[in-house]
Amino acid sequence: MSEKKKKDPVLALMPKYARGDANKAVEGVNKLKDKKLKGTIKRREKTYKEAAYKAASTEILLTEEAGFLEPEGIEKTYQLSQRSLAKEVDISTSHKMFNLDLKFGPYAIDYTRNGRHLLIGGRKGHVAAFDWQAGRLGCEMQLRETVRDVTWLHNETMFAVAQKKYVYIYDKQGTEIHCLRNHIEVNKLDFLPYHFLLTSIGNSGFLKYQDTSTGNVVAEHRTKLGKCDVMTQNPATAIMHLGHGNGTVTLWSPNMSTPLVKMQCHRGPVTAMAIGHSGTYMATAGLDGQLKLWDLRSYKPMQEYFTPTPASSLSISQRGLLAVGFGPHVSIWKDPFKTKQTSPYMNHLQAGSAVDDVEFVPFEDVLGFGHRGGISSIIVPGAGEANFDALEANPFQTKKQRQEMEVHSLLEKIQPEMITLDVNHVGQMDKAPIQVLNKEKKEAWAAAHPDESTELKYRARGKNSSSRRHLRKKAKNIVDQKKVDLLERIEKDKKERAKKRAGNPDEPVTALDRFTGKRRKMD
Amino acid sequence: MKVKVLSRSTEDQTRSRSNDIHKLQRNLDPTLHPFEKAREYTRALNATKVERMFAKPFVGALSGHVDGVYAMAKHPAKLDWLVSGGGDGDLRLWSLSDQKSVWNTQAHKAMITGVSSFLEGNRFLSCSNDRTVKIWDPTVALEDSHSKSVHLPVATYTGKNAFSGISHHRSDNMFATSGSEIDIWDHDRAEPVQTLNWGVDTINTVKFNQTETNILASTGSDRTIILYDLRTSQPITKLVLAMRTNAIAWNPMEAFNFVAANEDHNVYGFDMRKMDKAQNILKDHVSAVMSVDYSPTGEEIVTGSYDRTVRLFNARQGHSRDIYHTNRMQRVFSVIYTMDNKFVVSGSDDGNVRLWKARASEKMGVRDYRERAHLEYAEKLKEKFANVPEIRRINRHRNVPKSVKTATQRKSIMINSRKTKEENVRKHTKQENLKDRIPERQKAIVGVKK
Repeated sequence: MSEKKKKDPVLALMPKYARGDANKAVEGVNKLKDKKLKGTIKRREKTYKEAAYKAASTEILLTEEAGFLEPEGIEKTYQLSQRSLAKEVDISTSHKMFNLDLKFGPYAIDYTRNGRHLLIGGRKGHVAAFDWQAGRLGCEMQLRETVRDVTWLHNETMFAVAQKKYVYIYDKQGTEIHCLRNHIEVNKLDFLPYHFLLTSIGNSGFLKYQDTSTGNVVAEHRTKLGKCDVMTQNPATAIMHLGHGNGTVTLWSPNMSTPLVKMQCHRGPVTAMAIGHSGTYMATAGLDGQLKLWDLRSYKPMQEYFTPTPASSLSISQRGLLAVGFGPHVSIWKDPFKTKQTSPYMNHLQAGSAVDDVEFVPFEDVLGFGHRGGISSIIVPGAGEANFDALEANPFQTKKQRQEMEVHSLLEKIQPEMITLDVNHVGQMDKAPIQVLNKEKKEAWAAAHPDESTELKYRARGKNSSSRRHLRKKAKNIVDQKKVDLLERIEKDKKERAKKRAGNPDEPVTALDRFTGKRRKMD
Repeated sequence: MKVKVLSRSTEDQTRSRSNDIHKLQRNLDPTLHPFEKAREYTRALNATKVERMFAKPFVGALSGHVDGVYAMAKHPAKLDWLVSGGGDGDLRLWSLSDQKSVWNTQAHKAMITGVSSFLEGNRFLSCSNDRTVKIWDPTVALEDSHSKSVHLPVATYTGKNAFSGISHHRSDNMFATSGSEIDIWDHDRAEPVQTLNWGVDTINTVKFNQTETNILASTGSDRTIILYDLRTSQPITKLVLAMRTNAIAWNPMEAFNFVAANEDHNVYGFDMRKMDKAQNILKDHVSAVMSVDYSPTGEEIVTGSYDRTVRLFNARQGHSRDIYHTNRMQRVFSVIYTMDNKFVVSGSDDGNVRLWKARASEKMGVRDYRERAHLEYAEKLKEKFANVPEIRRINRHRNVPKSVKTATQRKSIMINSRKTKEENVRKHTKQENLKDRIPERQKAIVGVKK
């Protein structure tokens, strides 16, 4: 039996699917005295283990394998140009390599979550949305004013555009549906798909969260750090990261008006930022010519690289490749977090046109970027996750499926109050000491009963104190928390007065003490 | 250079004909499913809200009795049948699926105080204050009931005093009645074969254990619960509680456990082997509990009370999980959990028998596989997040009649002040015996005698 267990390849895959440490849980359970509870928890742990095993054993059904580049002999992957790569791949893949010369640049780009649709926004007012794989144009328009950023909302039917003054929301035909007048002079837009929150940051330095399902502004935070044009979401925690002119990166949730974390990342302004799929790694680039990779669990730098030209844009792919856009170059780094790399994985030169916005396509080996002269799409083998989950993001979604998914995602919309640094916070045991819990309870009670306050006015000293009067008035045969509190306080005050009256026995008695109320030392 | 690039063909990923089902590729990698816990919580919250929205437990009122319904019995094998006895001696057989009375007779000249169902066959017994016990067979009567003739009992037994309760042995032709004493009757004898008494003036109810079939529990008006063993014809235990016990129900799955509905608003769960302390106390009623019944699984308990409500308990928890009431329902004197574990039936003073769902928001009827899977998933999620304050609040909230609400508040004040007083006495007394705290589960117990 044990021999058989050792050979089972699924067991090696299990840790990826395990929730929490099972051994630790068993340790805790063994300390329990309640037999019934013990049994229940043990049974539950067994179920979790079985679930992890079953999930791991479904890996056999993942048929697709991730892309790769394997150099032979003295070949180097970074020497491989897109032109020579095009010869090696099949026709449908080579169609994904394209370059659109557009004259309204530089362009901001955004892909939908399933990687199927592309939205581009040229600085000079050109906005287009299309299914880039099928080459089907959704809408194209010239807005005749500055466009600073574009972002898709929950699916391809709606998108938001940060224009000269306000943010506008358009539908897939390009019809303007909303003008968001409270988002003024926005530089950067982002959308939290599970929370239905559109976030914006601009010249005024206000981070705004707007719920696109209800239309309410959920939060407006004043960063107090001036103009900001670097914003990224942490896809695993929905925390917004802002990069500022003084080199700090601040982390925000809609529930706190001050940053959750402030990190001094660079010695000059932060120019670009990207966060990995799992939410544990962050890459930042600054005008100081540094590219730094951070571990978001410890907020410490893992690697530091030097960029000859400050990087203008960063992106991390689903499988952990890092794309850096600087000047007219795009360089892609493989495993940059684990070890310090000496050479990039791939290089690309967009001759004569500065790169503005790089973004990996989800579930594809493709990197798209907007530059001054239009948009480009290049092949990066090994970038995308090979096996998608059709219930989460489906590149081959039908219209009916999309509609169904929209309804389900609205029903399961996560409330903005639940955005915290620790994603698994909800449903966990509150391990705070009882005093803290009682205090919280009391505060909650006080908040719910504003006119019944336990705080009493201090009046002149004497037997007829306000708290005594309160107690007398309430002289029913009821002992409530308030009464207990009052009695405690009276007792405490009494002791304090007695102590004060007695004075410090070590202190010498002077003639002036008769005026301070201190009792004369009895000897 | 070896190159591999992801390239999916649309043909492989989509269905080829519109009659096919859609291809649904899954990847259970946790990083592809962010906010797992938050989404589960949201689902649990929605499921809890939906559950409360669809909580409509009342199925129907079976009307027919002119006087209050004071006794009911279920058929152990037929889900459809229910027998009820009224205060005016009217005995009715109900078809629960039709919600109609299918057979009735003026069985007794006085109030029917107990009915009991046979385990085999369609016969049942009724006992009354008119000092008779009668055996009825509705199937015989139904066959020749074309003319509205008076149904006649199969057998009649006459006792010396009024009967207050009846219980039939699981397999033998034997039944027990309570009254001024406990009588054990044989079907074939006109006189009781055995009489049991342990210094009690009046016995309120008597209940045979249906698993340990020779064990008999009875409650007396002198606040006692007495257990007898018929093999030795000897009493096993006598337990005296602070107040009177109105009804008893044996756990159908754990033969040694029973619950006793007490006059002090509580239901006490006992293990008959360890009677010096209650195993569980079910609190929440605000008036005397008149009737109690176990679900066939032994996991749930239904109680009917003088406070005009029916409450449902998890047998292992101390507080009720649901409360049922209507405007017109008066004091509840009899409750029954049906044998399919899906319904409860209450009989009350107002002469109606009411049929309720055991789980208030459960959908009745056939459910397809996907719906069932969805509901099971929702149930599990609710269990997982049951202790999150928001969900707990929604789950616990009930609109109760004003009388119950005020009584609850008053009762909690009384209990608190009593607690404070006890605590003060304990703190300041010089008597050593008063200084110990008495566990809640022993407070109601005055004494045990073996």
